[in-house]
Amino acid sequence: MEIAPRDVGEHVRLHFVLNGRPVDTWVAPHETLLAVLRDTLGATEVKYGCGEGVCGTCTILLDGAPINACLMLGVQVRGREVTTVKGLGTEGDLHPLQRAFVAQEAAQCGFCTPGMLLVAHAFLCEHPHPTRAEIRSAIAGNLCRCTGYTRIIDAIAACVGLREGSRGTCPPLTGTGPKGGTV
Amino acid sequence: MRAGFPASASWSSTDPCILVYPSPFAYYAPANLDEALALLARLPEGKVLAGGQSLIPLMSLGLARPAALVDVNDLPGLASVTEANGHLTIGAMIRHHALETSPAIQRRCPLLAEAASLIGNIRVRHRGTLGGSLAHADPAAELPLVAVAMGAALEIRGEGGVREVAAEEFFRGYLLTDLAPGEMVTGMRISAFPPTMGYGLVELVRRAGDFAIVAACALVDMDGAGRCRHVSLALGGVGPQPLRMRRAEALLTDRTFTDRLIEEAADAVPDEVSPESDIHASATYRRAMARVMARRALVMARTRAGNTPDRSR
Repeated sequence: MEIAPRDVGEHVRLHFVLNGRPVDTWVAPHETLLAVLRDTLGATEVKYGCGEGVCGTCTILLDGAPINACLMLGVQVRGREVTTVKGLGTEGDLHPLQRAFVAQEAAQCGFCTPGMLLVAHAFLCEHPHPTRAEIRSAIAGNLCRCTGYTRIIDAIAACVGLREGSRGTCPPLTGTGPKGGTV
Repeated sequence: MRAGFPASASWSSTDPCILVYPSPFAYYAPANLDEALALLARLPEGKVLAGGQSLIPLMSLGLARPAALVDVNDLPGLASVTEANGHLTIGAMIRHHALETSPAIQRRCPLLAEAASLIGNIRVRHRGTLGGSLAHADPAAELPLVAVAMGAALEIRGEGGVREVAAEEFFRGYLLTDLAPGEMVTGMRISAFPPTMGYGLVELVRRAGDFAIVAACALVDMDGAGRCRHVSLALGGVGPQPLRMRRAEALLTDRTFTDRLIEEAADAVPDEVSPESDIHASATYRRAMARVMARRALVMARTRAGNTPDRSR
């Protein structure tokens, strides 16, 4: 793929999978994945926080692995699977993690919640039996300015037991399954 | 007209709602290394886009405005770990999360896995790459520090061919490396650790995942009598690039690794560093902490070394 200097800013065709559904759209190479998701595709559940990879509010899963949507270009997800919090569960059919966040009252303003849920999901997939300290460390890169984290950690901890008997796999995503690392 | 985001040039710094995004650039995603090197050779303004975890923030903040990006994420064969003749060769496109979790690296070079686990946050580790971190050359970053401490050799390729340069010579200053225009880092070669090798990596950070205010990395190998037969001590965050502490190393070499000797070696550290003041810490504080971190790294390395009298393996 090539956008030569004379074509800078031109849009190119982009196919990828968003929450289990194929997407066919046009993007300019300098548009971040975050801009494409929010402004072109209306996926405003992916939040713009800091824009430099520090706060975690724009977390998405790329082929199952959590990444910063603000630090990736839209063109780079060609042919890949992107999951936002809407791919985790839907209203009326919440993912166990989402149900735990509700039950534990783990959200206040809610701005960090989509990122927290996705990082927690990826973490539980990789670490079936974490300690509370490991949970704390797993969400160290996701900032919450309301809750003081305690209830978020409670909610994630509440999901650890749910995975017993499921042979170490996290409760599945809707539409798209976790695929582990990107390497 | 399709809805799209305007180029960042249209956002003024007085705009009350500032969202930062990169400015437009020419973009190339070559399919193999030869194509990538040919592109870099003919695009003097071009930058290599690896994981993008440092470059894209710089572009979003307007601190870097490359005219062209050569995206190397699709290049095959650059993310492997191979072991031969006691050496590990690691591809530049291996991501931090893979360094952290690779059984070969955990077994043969656990220091590298530990260093990778300290980088940024889980999202950065899933995307950021070894080669990207080395080429970015932040003086407080983990991978440049351990590369210098381990005496790693970096593999650098350009259209003209391949060359190797020692990590210590590769880092030339703040965000400055030995890379010539048209070149890119393609791998790193290190000696696999003997089972007796002890290592210590400590960081002074205010929050988990931050760049270190001061970081220290020590490698120690001892003979059966507890005498030090190999030592390497490097510090990050206290100079324009990671620095080897040659005076401290000379004090330790061929001597018995006592607490007192470690104190002596740590005392030699402050005079070998050249920290600067910034919003995180003053130069005086960094210099004082350099001594403390060096001592802790040495103690940790000694504890983990296989031949200490109080540790049987």
